[in-house]
Amino acid sequence: MVEVLRDAWLIAKKDLAIEFRTRSAFFSALVFALLGIVIFYFAWDSSAVSAIDLAPGVLWVIFTFSGMLGMHRSFSVEQPDRGIDGLLASPVARESIFLGKALANLVFVVAVQAVAIPSVALFYGLPLGNVWLPLAGIALLAAIGLVSVGTLFSAMAVNTRLAELLLPMLSLPFFVPVVIPAAQATAKLMSGRPVGDAGAWLKLLLAFDIVFVVACTLAYPFTLEE
Amino acid sequence: MKPTPLSLAAVAAVLVTFVRAIFFTPLEATQGPAQKILYVHAPAAWVAFMAFGLVGLTSVLYLWLKEDRLDRVAESSAEVGVVFTTVVLITGPLWGKPIWGAYWTWDARLTLTLFLWFVYVAYIVLRGAIDDRAMRARYSAVLGILGSLLIPFIHLSVYLFRTLHPQPILMKPSAPSLPGEMLATLLLAFASFTLLYVALLRARYRYAVERDDAHPAEAYDA
Repeated sequence: MVEVLRDAWLIAKKDLAIEFRTRSAFFSALVFALLGIVIFYFAWDSSAVSAIDLAPGVLWVIFTFSGMLGMHRSFSVEQPDRGIDGLLASPVARESIFLGKALANLVFVVAVQAVAIPSVALFYGLPLGNVWLPLAGIALLAAIGLVSVGTLFSAMAVNTRLAELLLPMLSLPFFVPVVIPAAQATAKLMSGRPVGDAGAWLKLLLAFDIVFVVACTLAYPFTLEE
Repeated sequence: MKPTPLSLAAVAAVLVTFVRAIFFTPLEATQGPAQKILYVHAPAAWVAFMAFGLVGLTSVLYLWLKEDRLDRVAESSAEVGVVFTTVVLITGPLWGKPIWGAYWTWDARLTLTLFLWFVYVAYIVLRGAIDDRAMRARYSAVLGILGSLLIPFIHLSVYLFRTLHPQPILMKPSAPSLPGEMLATLLLAFASFTLLYVALLRARYRYAVERDDAHPAEAYDA
Protein backbone atom coordinates (compact mmCIF):
# COMPACT_ATOMS: atom_id res chain seq x y z
CA MET A 1 0.00 0.00 0.00
CA VAL A 2 2.75 2.44 0.99
CA GLU A 3 4.65 1.45 -2.14
CA VAL A 4 1.60 2.04 -4.34
CA LEU A 5 1.21 5.54 -2.92
CA ARG A 6 4.95 6.27 -3.19
CA ASP A 7 4.97 5.27 -6.87
CA ALA A 8 1.80 7.29 -7.41
CA TRP A 9 3.56 10.33 -5.96
CA LEU A 10 6.51 9.79 -8.35
CA ILE A 11 4.16 9.74 -11.34
CA ALA A 12 2.28 12.78 -10.08
CA LYS A 13 5.62 14.61 -9.71
CA LYS A 14 6.53 13.70 -13.29
CA ASP A 15 3.25 15.06 -14.62
CA LEU A 16 3.46 18.19 -12.51
CA ALA A 17 7.07 18.79 -13.68
CA ILE A 18 5.90 18.59 -17.32
CA GLU A 19 3.05 20.95 -16.55
CA PHE A 20 5.27 23.32 -14.55
CA ARG A 21 7.82 23.58 -17.36
CA THR A 22 5.34 24.03 -20.19
CA ARG A 23 2.47 25.66 -18.25
CA SER A 24 0.31 25.17 -21.35
CA ALA A 25 -2.74 23.54 -19.79
CA PHE A 26 -2.68 25.56 -16.59
CA PHE A 27 -2.74 28.92 -18.30
CA SER A 28 -5.38 27.90 -20.79
CA ALA A 29 -7.55 26.55 -17.97
CA LEU A 30 -6.98 29.71 -15.94
CA VAL A 31 -7.80 32.08 -18.79
CA PHE A 32 -10.81 29.90 -19.57
CA ALA A 33 -11.98 30.21 -15.94
CA LEU A 34 -11.55 34.01 -15.94
CA LEU A 35 -13.37 34.30 -19.26
CA GLY A 36 -16.15 32.16 -17.83
CA ILE A 37 -16.52 34.50 -14.85
CA VAL A 38 -16.87 37.48 -17.21
CA ILE A 39 -19.23 35.79 -19.67
CA PHE A 40 -21.51 34.49 -16.92
CA TYR A 41 -21.78 37.97 -15.45
CA PHE A 42 -23.16 39.34 -18.70
CA ALA A 43 -25.34 36.30 -19.41
CA TRP A 44 -27.64 37.31 -16.54
CA ASP A 45 -29.42 40.56 -15.92
CA SER A 46 -27.54 41.80 -12.86
CA SER A 47 -30.54 43.85 -11.72
CA ALA A 48 -32.73 40.73 -11.67
CA VAL A 49 -30.28 38.13 -10.29
CA SER A 50 -27.99 39.27 -7.51
CA ALA A 51 -24.31 38.36 -7.71
CA ILE A 52 -24.50 36.30 -4.51
CA ASP A 53 -27.16 34.04 -6.05
CA LEU A 54 -25.18 33.69 -9.24
CA ALA A 55 -21.70 33.10 -7.81
CA PRO A 56 -21.97 29.49 -6.52
CA GLY A 57 -23.32 28.23 -9.83
CA VAL A 58 -20.75 30.17 -11.83
CA LEU A 59 -17.91 28.81 -9.70
CA TRP A 60 -18.92 25.19 -10.14
CA VAL A 61 -19.66 25.37 -13.83
CA ILE A 62 -16.24 26.96 -14.36
CA PHE A 63 -14.41 24.32 -12.29
CA THR A 64 -16.14 21.53 -14.11
CA PHE A 65 -15.16 22.76 -17.55
CA SER A 66 -11.70 24.07 -16.78
CA GLY A 67 -10.95 20.86 -14.86
CA MET A 68 -11.86 18.90 -17.95
CA LEU A 69 -9.25 20.83 -19.95
CA GLY A 70 -6.55 19.64 -17.56
CA MET A 71 -7.82 16.11 -17.22
CA HIS A 72 -7.96 15.60 -20.94
CA ARG A 73 -4.26 16.49 -21.10
CA SER A 74 -3.39 14.01 -18.39
CA PHE A 75 -3.38 11.00 -20.72
CA SER A 76 -3.14 12.70 -24.11
CA VAL A 77 0.34 13.94 -23.06
CA GLU A 78 1.41 10.27 -23.06
CA GLN A 79 0.06 9.63 -26.56
CA PRO A 80 2.60 11.09 -29.06
CA ASP A 81 5.60 8.87 -28.19
CA ARG A 82 3.50 6.12 -26.59
CA GLY A 83 4.73 7.33 -23.20
CA ILE A 84 2.03 5.23 -21.59
CA ASP A 85 3.84 2.07 -22.74
CA GLY A 86 6.90 3.25 -20.83
CA LEU A 87 4.81 3.75 -17.71
CA LEU A 88 3.21 0.33 -18.11
CA ALA A 89 6.60 -1.33 -18.64
CA SER A 90 8.04 0.28 -15.52
CA PRO A 91 7.84 -1.73 -12.30
CA VAL A 92 4.93 0.16 -10.76
CA ALA A 93 1.44 -1.11 -10.01
CA ARG A 94 -1.24 -0.03 -12.45
CA GLU A 95 -3.20 1.43 -9.57
CA SER A 96 -0.19 3.68 -8.91
CA ILE A 97 -0.33 5.03 -12.47
CA PHE A 98 -3.97 5.91 -12.00
CA LEU A 99 -3.52 7.44 -8.55
CA GLY A 100 -0.48 9.41 -9.75
CA LYS A 101 -2.34 10.82 -12.73
CA ALA A 102 -5.33 11.62 -10.51
CA LEU A 103 -3.10 13.31 -7.92
CA ALA A 104 -1.49 15.52 -10.57
CA ASN A 105 -4.96 16.41 -11.87
CA LEU A 106 -6.08 17.20 -8.33
CA VAL A 107 -3.19 19.64 -7.88
CA PHE A 108 -4.11 21.14 -11.26
CA VAL A 109 -7.80 21.63 -10.38
CA VAL A 110 -7.00 22.96 -6.89
CA ALA A 111 -4.53 25.44 -8.39
CA VAL A 112 -7.20 26.70 -10.80
CA GLN A 113 -9.64 26.96 -7.88
CA ALA A 114 -7.08 28.87 -5.80
CA VAL A 115 -7.09 31.62 -8.42
CA ALA A 116 -10.71 31.37 -9.57
CA ILE A 117 -12.42 31.53 -6.15
CA PRO A 118 -10.75 34.84 -5.13
CA SER A 119 -11.40 36.15 -8.66
CA VAL A 120 -15.11 35.41 -8.39
CA ALA A 121 -15.14 37.04 -4.95
CA LEU A 122 -13.41 40.08 -6.43
CA PHE A 123 -15.51 40.46 -9.57
CA TYR A 124 -18.84 39.62 -7.94
CA GLY A 125 -18.13 41.53 -4.74
CA LEU A 126 -18.51 38.60 -2.34
CA PRO A 127 -17.32 38.71 1.26
CA LEU A 128 -15.11 35.61 1.65
CA GLY A 129 -13.57 36.75 4.96
CA ASN A 130 -15.12 34.26 7.37
CA VAL A 131 -16.20 31.45 5.05
CA TRP A 132 -12.99 30.81 3.11
CA LEU A 133 -11.93 27.82 5.20
CA PRO A 134 -15.15 25.77 4.89
CA LEU A 135 -15.35 26.87 1.25
CA ALA A 136 -11.85 25.52 0.63
CA GLY A 137 -12.96 22.25 2.24
CA ILE A 138 -15.96 21.97 -0.09
CA ALA A 139 -13.77 22.82 -3.07
CA LEU A 140 -11.28 20.09 -2.14
CA LEU A 141 -13.99 17.45 -1.57
CA ALA A 142 -15.61 18.29 -4.88
CA ALA A 143 -12.27 18.38 -6.71
CA ILE A 144 -11.47 14.84 -5.50
CA GLY A 145 -14.77 13.58 -6.92
CA LEU A 146 -14.35 15.37 -10.25
CA VAL A 147 -10.77 14.23 -10.64
CA SER A 148 -11.31 10.54 -9.83
CA VAL A 149 -13.99 10.09 -12.48
CA GLY A 150 -12.42 12.55 -14.94
CA THR A 151 -9.02 10.87 -14.83
CA LEU A 152 -10.46 7.44 -15.56
CA PHE A 153 -12.59 8.70 -18.45
CA SER A 154 -9.63 10.66 -19.81
CA ALA A 155 -7.61 7.43 -19.86
CA MET A 156 -10.44 5.77 -21.78
CA ALA A 157 -11.29 8.64 -24.12
CA VAL A 158 -7.75 9.06 -25.55
CA ASN A 159 -7.87 5.52 -26.93
CA THR A 160 -11.16 5.99 -28.77
CA ARG A 161 -11.78 7.43 -32.21
CA LEU A 162 -13.59 10.43 -30.77
CA ALA A 163 -10.76 11.20 -28.29
CA GLU A 164 -11.36 14.50 -26.49
CA LEU A 165 -14.88 14.84 -27.88
CA LEU A 166 -15.94 11.87 -25.78
CA LEU A 167 -14.63 13.14 -22.43
CA PRO A 168 -17.40 15.70 -21.67
CA MET A 169 -20.09 13.28 -22.80
CA LEU A 170 -18.80 10.54 -20.51
CA SER A 171 -17.91 12.65 -17.51
CA LEU A 172 -20.56 15.37 -17.26
CA PRO A 173 -23.38 13.05 -16.09
CA PHE A 174 -20.97 11.85 -13.39
CA PHE A 175 -20.15 15.42 -12.37
CA VAL A 176 -23.81 16.18 -11.59
CA PRO A 177 -23.83 14.61 -8.09
CA VAL A 178 -20.64 16.59 -7.37
CA VAL A 179 -21.68 19.94 -8.79
CA ILE A 180 -25.17 19.97 -7.19
CA PRO A 181 -23.98 19.43 -3.59
CA ALA A 182 -20.93 21.66 -4.07
CA ALA A 183 -22.95 24.56 -5.49
CA GLN A 184 -25.70 24.15 -2.87
CA ALA A 185 -23.21 24.01 0.00
CA THR A 186 -21.36 27.04 -1.41
CA ALA A 187 -24.64 28.95 -1.68
CA LYS A 188 -25.49 28.12 1.95
CA LEU A 189 -22.09 29.35 3.16
CA MET A 190 -22.16 32.53 1.11
CA SER A 191 -25.60 33.48 2.36
CA GLY A 192 -24.18 33.43 5.87
CA ARG A 193 -25.63 30.12 7.11
CA PRO A 194 -23.59 27.95 9.51
CA VAL A 195 -21.55 25.06 8.09
CA GLY A 196 -23.94 22.60 9.78
CA ASP A 197 -26.71 23.62 7.37
CA ALA A 198 -24.70 22.19 4.50
CA GLY A 199 -24.05 18.93 6.39
CA ALA A 200 -26.19 16.70 4.18
CA TRP A 201 -24.52 18.03 1.03
CA LEU A 202 -21.04 17.53 2.49
CA LYS A 203 -21.84 13.94 3.44
CA LEU A 204 -23.02 13.31 -0.10
CA LEU A 205 -19.76 14.73 -1.50
CA LEU A 206 -17.70 12.64 0.88
CA ALA A 207 -19.61 9.47 0.00
CA PHE A 208 -19.16 10.17 -3.72
CA ASP A 209 -15.41 10.66 -3.20
CA ILE A 210 -14.98 7.42 -1.29
CA VAL A 211 -17.03 5.31 -3.71
CA PHE A 212 -15.57 6.72 -6.91
CA VAL A 213 -11.92 6.96 -5.83
CA VAL A 214 -12.06 3.26 -4.93
CA ALA A 215 -14.15 2.22 -7.97
CA CYS A 216 -12.06 4.17 -10.50
CA THR A 217 -8.75 2.98 -9.03
CA LEU A 218 -9.95 -0.63 -9.27
CA ALA A 219 -11.44 -0.11 -12.74
CA TYR A 220 -8.35 1.53 -14.28
CA PRO A 221 -6.32 -1.70 -14.80
CA PHE A 222 -9.25 -3.06 -16.86
CA THR A 223 -8.90 -0.20 -19.34
CA LEU A 224 -5.36 -1.31 -20.25
CA GLU A 225 -4.33 -3.91 -22.80
CA GLU A 226 -4.06 -7.28 -21.14
CA MET B 1 -34.21 -10.91 -39.87
CA LYS B 2 -37.48 -12.90 -39.80
CA PRO B 3 -39.93 -12.23 -36.96
CA THR B 4 -39.73 -14.96 -34.34
CA PRO B 5 -42.71 -16.43 -32.47
CA LEU B 6 -41.45 -14.60 -29.39
CA SER B 7 -41.42 -11.18 -31.08
CA LEU B 8 -44.86 -11.78 -32.63
CA ALA B 9 -46.23 -12.82 -29.22
CA ALA B 10 -44.71 -9.71 -27.63
CA VAL B 11 -46.20 -7.35 -30.20
CA ALA B 12 -49.59 -9.09 -29.87
CA ALA B 13 -49.45 -8.80 -26.07
CA VAL B 14 -48.67 -5.08 -26.26
CA LEU B 15 -51.54 -4.56 -28.73
CA VAL B 16 -53.94 -6.42 -26.42
CA THR B 17 -52.74 -4.22 -23.54
CA PHE B 18 -53.40 -1.06 -25.54
CA VAL B 19 -56.87 -2.20 -26.64
CA ARG B 20 -57.76 -3.08 -23.05
CA ALA B 21 -56.30 0.19 -21.72
CA ILE B 22 -58.12 2.35 -24.27
CA PHE B 23 -61.54 0.64 -24.52
CA PHE B 24 -62.05 -1.61 -21.52
CA THR B 25 -60.51 0.29 -18.62
CA PRO B 26 -62.58 3.00 -16.86
CA LEU B 27 -61.57 6.65 -17.06
CA GLU B 28 -59.93 8.09 -14.00
CA ALA B 29 -62.32 10.55 -12.30
CA THR B 30 -60.12 13.66 -12.05
CA GLN B 31 -57.44 13.16 -14.70
CA GLY B 32 -59.68 11.83 -17.47
CA PRO B 33 -58.10 10.28 -20.57
CA ALA B 34 -54.63 11.68 -19.72
CA GLN B 35 -54.29 9.08 -16.97
CA LYS B 36 -54.23 6.28 -19.55
CA ILE B 37 -50.69 7.19 -20.45
CA LEU B 38 -49.77 5.48 -17.16
CA TYR B 39 -50.21 2.13 -18.94
CA VAL B 40 -47.30 3.00 -21.23
CA HIS B 41 -45.21 5.22 -18.98
CA ALA B 42 -44.93 3.05 -15.87
CA PRO B 43 -44.16 -0.27 -17.60
CA ALA B 44 -41.65 1.46 -19.92
CA ALA B 45 -39.89 2.89 -16.85
CA TRP B 46 -39.87 -0.55 -15.23
CA VAL B 47 -38.34 -2.09 -18.36
CA ALA B 48 -35.73 0.71 -18.62
CA PHE B 49 -34.55 0.18 -15.04
CA MET B 50 -34.50 -3.58 -15.53
CA ALA B 51 -32.52 -3.17 -18.77
CA PHE B 52 -29.90 -0.92 -17.13
CA GLY B 53 -29.75 -3.26 -14.15
CA LEU B 54 -28.86 -6.06 -16.54
CA VAL B 55 -26.16 -3.87 -18.15
CA GLY B 56 -24.58 -3.36 -14.69
CA LEU B 57 -24.79 -7.06 -13.85
CA THR B 58 -23.39 -8.33 -17.15
CA SER B 59 -20.64 -5.67 -17.02
CA VAL B 60 -19.40 -6.97 -13.66
CA LEU B 61 -19.61 -10.55 -14.91
CA TYR B 62 -17.77 -9.66 -18.13
CA LEU B 63 -14.77 -8.19 -16.30
CA TRP B 64 -14.67 -11.33 -14.19
CA LEU B 65 -15.29 -14.05 -16.82
CA LYS B 66 -14.23 -12.27 -20.08
CA GLU B 67 -17.05 -14.02 -21.89
CA ASP B 68 -18.07 -12.37 -25.21
CA ARG B 69 -21.70 -13.34 -24.74
CA LEU B 70 -21.96 -11.19 -21.60
CA ASP B 71 -20.66 -8.18 -23.50
CA ARG B 72 -23.25 -8.72 -26.22
CA VAL B 73 -26.04 -8.95 -23.66
CA ALA B 74 -24.85 -5.68 -22.08
CA GLU B 75 -24.67 -4.01 -25.49
CA SER B 76 -28.16 -5.18 -26.45
CA SER B 77 -29.74 -4.38 -23.11
CA ALA B 78 -28.27 -0.86 -23.08
CA GLU B 79 -29.71 -0.10 -26.50
CA VAL B 80 -33.15 -1.48 -25.69
CA GLY B 81 -33.03 0.35 -22.34
CA VAL B 82 -32.32 3.67 -24.08
CA VAL B 83 -35.33 3.11 -26.36
CA PHE B 84 -37.63 2.49 -23.38
CA THR B 85 -36.13 5.45 -21.48
CA THR B 86 -36.91 7.61 -24.50
CA VAL B 87 -40.51 6.36 -24.34
CA VAL B 88 -40.62 7.30 -20.63
CA LEU B 89 -39.20 10.76 -21.34
CA ILE B 90 -41.73 11.39 -24.12
CA THR B 91 -44.86 10.03 -22.41
CA GLY B 92 -44.07 11.77 -19.09
CA PRO B 93 -44.26 15.36 -20.44
CA LEU B 94 -47.36 14.49 -22.51
CA TRP B 95 -49.09 13.61 -19.25
CA GLY B 96 -47.41 16.37 -17.26
CA LYS B 97 -48.68 19.22 -19.42
CA PRO B 98 -52.44 18.72 -18.73
CA ILE B 99 -52.01 17.42 -15.15
CA TRP B 100 -49.11 19.44 -13.72
CA GLY B 101 -49.43 22.33 -16.14
CA ALA B 102 -45.83 21.98 -17.34
CA TYR B 103 -44.06 19.61 -19.71
CA TRP B 104 -41.02 19.36 -17.53
CA THR B 105 -40.21 19.93 -13.86
CA TRP B 106 -36.88 19.32 -12.18
CA ASP B 107 -38.37 16.67 -9.99
CA ALA B 108 -36.11 13.96 -8.57
CA ARG B 109 -37.36 11.08 -10.68
CA LEU B 110 -37.56 13.07 -13.91
CA THR B 111 -34.02 14.29 -13.47
CA LEU B 112 -32.76 10.82 -12.61
CA THR B 113 -34.40 9.36 -15.72
CA LEU B 114 -32.95 12.11 -17.89
CA PHE B 115 -29.45 11.43 -16.55
CA LEU B 116 -29.86 7.70 -17.02
CA TRP B 117 -30.64 8.48 -20.63
CA PHE B 118 -27.47 10.61 -20.89
CA VAL B 119 -25.27 7.94 -19.30
CA TYR B 120 -26.47 5.13 -21.56
CA VAL B 121 -26.46 7.25 -24.71
CA ALA B 122 -22.81 7.97 -23.85
CA TYR B 123 -22.39 4.21 -23.36
CA ILE B 124 -23.63 3.58 -26.90
CA VAL B 125 -21.44 6.37 -28.33
CA LEU B 126 -18.42 4.96 -26.47
CA ARG B 127 -19.04 1.55 -28.00
CA GLY B 128 -19.26 3.08 -31.45
CA ALA B 129 -15.94 4.91 -30.99
CA ILE B 130 -13.82 1.80 -30.37
CA ASP B 131 -12.88 -0.66 -33.12
CA ASP B 132 -11.00 -3.29 -31.15
CA ARG B 133 -13.57 -5.74 -29.83
CA ALA B 134 -11.88 -6.77 -26.58
CA MET B 135 -11.08 -3.16 -25.70
CA ARG B 136 -14.64 -2.09 -26.50
CA ALA B 137 -15.97 -4.80 -24.20
CA ARG B 138 -13.66 -3.80 -21.32
CA TYR B 139 -14.27 -0.07 -21.66
CA SER B 140 -18.02 -0.42 -21.87
CA ALA B 141 -18.05 -2.82 -18.91
CA VAL B 142 -16.20 -0.19 -16.86
CA LEU B 143 -18.73 2.47 -17.88
CA GLY B 144 -21.62 0.07 -17.26
CA ILE B 145 -20.43 -0.53 -13.69
CA LEU B 146 -19.69 3.12 -12.92
CA GLY B 147 -23.10 4.03 -14.37
CA SER B 148 -24.80 1.69 -11.90
CA LEU B 149 -22.79 3.21 -9.03
CA LEU B 150 -23.83 6.69 -10.17
CA ILE B 151 -27.59 6.09 -10.00
CA PRO B 152 -27.97 6.30 -6.18
CA PHE B 153 -25.84 9.47 -6.12
CA ILE B 154 -27.89 11.27 -8.76
CA HIS B 155 -31.04 10.11 -7.00
CA LEU B 156 -29.87 11.41 -3.61
CA SER B 157 -28.58 14.71 -4.93
CA VAL B 158 -31.75 15.51 -6.85
CA TYR B 159 -34.03 14.07 -4.13
CA LEU B 160 -32.91 16.75 -1.70
CA PHE B 161 -35.02 19.03 -3.86
CA ARG B 162 -38.81 18.83 -3.47
CA THR B 163 -40.31 15.91 -5.31
CA LEU B 164 -43.51 16.28 -7.37
CA HIS B 165 -43.80 12.84 -8.89
CA PRO B 166 -46.91 10.76 -8.04
CA GLN B 167 -46.06 8.34 -5.27
CA PRO B 168 -45.81 4.65 -6.13
CA ILE B 169 -49.24 3.03 -6.35
CA LEU B 170 -48.16 -0.55 -6.95
CA MET B 171 -44.89 -1.36 -5.22
CA LYS B 172 -45.56 0.09 -1.78
CA PRO B 173 -45.84 -1.37 1.70
CA SER B 174 -49.64 -1.11 1.93
CA ALA B 175 -52.05 -2.63 -0.61
CA PRO B 176 -52.01 -1.18 -4.16
CA SER B 177 -54.38 1.82 -4.23
CA LEU B 178 -55.47 1.49 -7.85
CA PRO B 179 -59.05 0.27 -8.47
CA GLY B 180 -59.25 -3.38 -9.57
CA GLU B 181 -59.82 -2.90 -13.29
CA MET B 182 -57.08 -0.29 -13.68
CA LEU B 183 -54.73 -2.43 -11.63
CA ALA B 184 -55.39 -5.41 -13.91
CA THR B 185 -54.60 -3.31 -16.99
CA LEU B 186 -51.43 -1.95 -15.39
CA LEU B 187 -50.24 -5.44 -14.44
CA LEU B 188 -51.01 -6.64 -17.97
CA ALA B 189 -48.99 -3.70 -19.31
CA PHE B 190 -46.03 -4.62 -17.07
CA ALA B 191 -46.18 -8.20 -18.32
CA SER B 192 -46.51 -7.33 -22.01
CA PHE B 193 -43.76 -4.68 -21.89
CA THR B 194 -41.46 -7.15 -20.15
CA LEU B 195 -42.18 -9.65 -22.90
CA LEU B 196 -41.46 -6.97 -25.51
CA TYR B 197 -38.17 -6.20 -23.75
CA VAL B 198 -37.14 -9.86 -23.83
CA ALA B 199 -38.07 -10.11 -27.52
CA LEU B 200 -36.14 -6.95 -28.46
CA LEU B 201 -33.17 -7.99 -26.33
CA ARG B 202 -33.06 -11.37 -28.05
CA ALA B 203 -33.36 -9.85 -31.54
CA ARG B 204 -30.62 -7.30 -30.78
CA TYR B 205 -28.42 -10.04 -29.32
CA ARG B 206 -28.79 -12.17 -32.44
CA TYR B 207 -27.85 -9.18 -34.55
CA ALA B 208 -24.69 -8.75 -32.45
CA VAL B 209 -23.81 -12.42 -32.93
CA GLU B 210 -24.25 -12.20 -36.70
CA ARG B 211 -22.20 -8.99 -36.87
CA ASP B 212 -19.36 -10.51 -34.81
CA ASP B 213 -19.41 -13.67 -36.91
CA ALA B 214 -19.18 -11.58 -40.08
CA HIS B 215 -16.05 -9.77 -38.82
CA PRO B 216 -14.16 -12.33 -36.75
CA ALA B 217 -10.75 -10.76 -37.51
CA GLU B 218 -11.63 -7.60 -35.62
CA ALA B 219 -11.03 -9.30 -32.32
CA TYR B 220 -7.31 -9.70 -33.06
CA ASP B 221 -6.64 -6.27 -34.52
CA ALA B 222 -5.50 -4.43 -31.37
